[in-house]
Parts: sequence; C-alpha cells; structure tokens
Amino acid sequence: MKQALAFMRHNPALCASGLVITLLAAAAVCAPLIAPFDPLAINLDSVKQGPGSTHLFGTDTLGRDIFSRVVFGARTSLAIGLSATALSLVIGLLAGMLGGYVGGAFDTCITMITDLFLAFPSLLLAIAISVLLPPGLLSVTLALCLVGWASFARLFRAMTISLKERSFVEAARAMGCSHLRIMARHLLPHCLPVVMIAATIKVGGFILAESALSFLGLGIQPPEPTWGAMISLHRNYLPSAGWMVVFPGCAIALTVFAFNIFGDCLRDRLDPNLRV
Amino acid sequence: MNFYVKRILMTVPTLLGISMITFVLLQALPGDPVQGLAGDRADPAVLERIRRDMGTERPVVLQYFGYLKLLMQGELGRSHYTNSCVRSDIARKLPNTMLLAAAAMVFSTVFGILLGIFMAVFRGSFWDRLALVLSTGGISLPVFWLGLLLIYVFSFKLQLLPPAGMGSGFGGLVFLVLPASTLGLSSAAALARITRTSMLDVLSQPYITTARAKGLSTRVVVFKHAFKNTLIPVVTLIGLDFGSYLNGSILTETIFGWDGIGRYAVEGIFQRDYPVIMGCVLTGALLFVLVNLTVDLLYGLLDPRIAYAPAESQS
Repeated sequence: MKQALAFMRHNPALCASGLVITLLAAAAVCAPLIAPFDPLAINLDSVKQGPGSTHLFGTDTLGRDIFSRVVFGARTSLAIGLSATALSLVIGLLAGMLGGYVGGAFDTCITMITDLFLAFPSLLLAIAISVLLPPGLLSVTLALCLVGWASFARLFRAMTISLKERSFVEAARAMGCSHLRIMARHLLPHCLPVVMIAATIKVGGFILAESALSFLGLGIQPPEPTWGAMISLHRNYLPSAGWMVVFPGCAIALTVFAFNIFGDCLRDRLDPNLRV
Repeated sequence: MNFYVKRILMTVPTLLGISMITFVLLQALPGDPVQGLAGDRADPAVLERIRRDMGTERPVVLQYFGYLKLLMQGELGRSHYTNSCVRSDIARKLPNTMLLAAAAMVFSTVFGILLGIFMAVFRGSFWDRLALVLSTGGISLPVFWLGLLLIYVFSFKLQLLPPAGMGSGFGGLVFLVLPASTLGLSSAAALARITRTSMLDVLSQPYITTARAKGLSTRVVVFKHAFKNTLIPVVTLIGLDFGSYLNGSILTETIFGWDGIGRYAVEGIFQRDYPVIMGCVLTGALLFVLVNLTVDLLYGLLDPRIAYAPAESQS
C-alpha cells in the first residue's frame, strides 16, 4: 500500500491517465447500469433540454438522453479502438517478425507490401475500404486494421533485425531451440515494451479515426450512438444547443488524450532512451 | 547508383501497388465495375470503349493492365450524379486543397517550431510541462469537432471571421484563417514535440557548451548555433505530415464548405459515387507519394551524409 502510494506520487500523470482509461473501460462495460436512460429511447416531451439534474448532459433533438448516449458511445469507441489495435498488432507481428527473421526475398516482399500500405493517407484508405463493406462494427474494425497494421509490421521488423544477431539468440539456437521458439520466447519479449507504447498511442489514433468515420456516416449506423455521429447529427445546433455537440466531442478528446498521455508516460518508464 | 535516381525509381513499385489496391477495391464494388467507372448515365459507346480497353471478359490480370492503361491516360471515369469528368473536377478543386494545405503548413510550422524552441529552452519548468500537456491535447482533438468549436467562437460569438465559404484575391485570406488553423493544429502540436526533442538533443552537444562558455546569450546560442541542426528531423516531419493534411482536409473542407478534393470525396461518399471516391483516393495517394519523394530528395540536400552514404557502401 505504501509502495503503491509512493508510485502514484512519483508518476502522477501515468496514474491519472490510467485511472481515466480504467473508468472509461468500466463505463463501457457497465453501460446499461450507469446510463440513467435508454440511449435509443425517443421522448418528444423533453426535446433539446439543457444539461440539468435529470439529464446530466441534456437531451438531443429527439429527446434522447445525451449522457446515456455518450456512455454507450464509449462502448463502440473502445471496442473498435482496442480490437483494431489487437488485430493490427497480430498482423504486424506475423508480417514484421517473420520478414525480419527470415530475411531475403520474403523480407523484401513483405517490406514492399508494408511500404505500399504506408503510402496511402490513412483516413483516405479507411474511407475507401469502409465504403465497400456493409457498415458495422466489424467493417470499421477491419478498415482501421488494414490501415494500421503496416506501422506495427515496420516496428516489429526493425526490432527483430536489430535483435536477431545478438548473442542470446545465438545461444538459444545453440541449445537447439526451433525458429518458432526463438521468435516467440526470445525475440518477442524484447519487443514488447516498445510495442506496448506504440500500441497504447495507436488505440487513441484508432478512436480518433473511428470518430472521423462515424462523423462521415461510414461508421456504426444510427440509431446506435457513436460519438462521431452524435457530433455530425447535431452540428447545426451548436449556437443554440451546444451541449449536443460539446459533450460527445469532450468524450473523444478525453479518451484519446488519456491514451496519448498513458503512452507517453509508459515510454518514459519503459524506454528511457526515447524520453521526450 | 545515384541516390536521387534510385529514390525516384523506388516510387514506381509503390505507384503500381497503389493502382493494384484501387483495382481490387473497384472489383469489389457492388455492380458492374465498368458501369461503376463510367457512371449510370454513360453513353453506351463510352461503356463499350472502356469495356474494350479493360477487356472485362479477359482474365483478371489482363483486366488490370487495361485499368492501368486507362489510369495512364488520366481516365478516372465520370461521376454517377453529375456525369462530369472526375479528372477535370479534381483538376479544378485540387488547387484549393493545396492552398488550404499550404496555409495549414505555414501555421503549423511557425507555431510548432516556436513552441518547441520555447519548451526546450525552458525545459523542466512549469511552462514546459504545460506546453507539453497542451501539445498532447492538440494531437488528441478530433479535427471536425475543433473546427465546429472554432466556427462557434470566432464566427458566431465574436463575429470576427466568416464561418464558411471561400473568397478570392486578398479578401479571400479571411476565409482561410479558420480552416487553416483547424487543419494545422494537430501538426503544430506534433511539430512542437519533435522540435523540443531535437533542440534538447542539439543543446546537449559540446559545441553548444563552447558557445555558452564564450559568453554568448541564450538567444544567440539557440537561434544561431542550435537552430539549423535542430531542423533536420523537423523538416522530415513537416513533409511526412502532409498525409495528415490530406486526411484532415477531408473533414476540414466538409465543415468549412471549402471547395477542394476533400469535400468532393465526402460528397462522393454520401452519394455512393464510386468513380469520385476512387478518383480522390488515387489523387491523394499519388500526392502523398510525390510529397514523400520530395521530402527524401530535400533531406539528401539538407544532410549530405544521407545522399552519399549508400554510394560509398556500394563502391
């Protein structure tokens, strides 16, 4: 307990951002328990009400409770952000580590594909992909992941190449470890700290991209509440009923901010060489 | 081989790959790809010509070469809705997007570098930390939301700047302020961070200690001695950030009613106007590749070690 307090005193930003992320995740998981109203329930008797005690963040043009919608929106955003990151991490790991480890023509081929995907402006490619797929949770995740895996692949490849000539890998090989075992048990643990930092920041990036896609109407379709779509739907009411736009935007900014700060602090702790 | 020639040749496989991806996307489109390319109201003769050029009954590989041939001729198809030529639409709107991107680039470069230097000079102080947190905040803001808030504050409340639209000549500059700052803010934040890191790195080098020991003022040390060496990673980032301008312009132009390819792409999305979308994706990717090429070539000029290193290792 004492140690925990000391840790918190020395890493206030890490703990604060971690706390925000935990709270957001908890809100997303327990959304039905936290939200006071049904996020989809239309109530034409309480249209465009300002923030107050009944409706914490006010109501929208259809009388839906904004707070409930923001809480349920956290579900979508976090689910997509985390799953897209996990999926692109796996693809990046397979492509990057195999390419870096095997080398030769295989590596050249993988590098070319990676560079190709990095040559597209990311949102543009995500848009092109999500236009083709039927809109939904899966297609947004897939579009983001197809855009995001390449940077992880590049990271894994660079780290694998710098590690594979080291003597501990040679020792493992001398002991008769299979290539698979060397990659999984000897190379991967060395890559993890740096990759975790990149992944944390990527979650924030994916959440931003998801909100942009749903702002453009390419994300999860209404009436499901997503932060981006809430802003898009009510943008014309900003002068008269600003809460409809301000709160979802704050939710996006706070979430992404927390992930970015958390990633920065992780970097400071895990990788002192890269300290900003 | 010469670094510059090699770097230029390297764009060829990238461009081919981009065309392959858009070809696959085009194949995956619902409906007839030729109809998709030509537009619903296309002349049967035009359809027939494209069909012949692409050879839809031929194997997919040959179809790809047909598609490539069309692209080489600059043929991007026609819009489903307006039936106007996508290529000429893009040619008309592209300068507007470039103007907006250039303005955003100026904004982010000036503010980003100044803030970065400020943070490095006052490293560890309260102001440094505050600026660091603010710059993280700048990266975290959704562009479209920021744009809406800026419109609200500067157009509705303060009535200083026009909320949307475009002007011409010098009077048009007023219209540029809000979209350019919206588009440039996250890049400015990213630039500030990289400038800070780079400046701190340079400031810790022995020649800076020498300059300080000579009794030079901080201002002279920072701006005359350290600044130029700080620039190398900064310039790379300015170029690499061009992709984020293209991404951001999609959202910024929509909000500010800016008649560029970003808004054109969004209109295409809303109407499921596939030739428009594909045309914008291709143009964006092509621009991005060209800018990356330019940055790499410039980088060779800025830091001669880069251009010479590969040549030496080969000889």
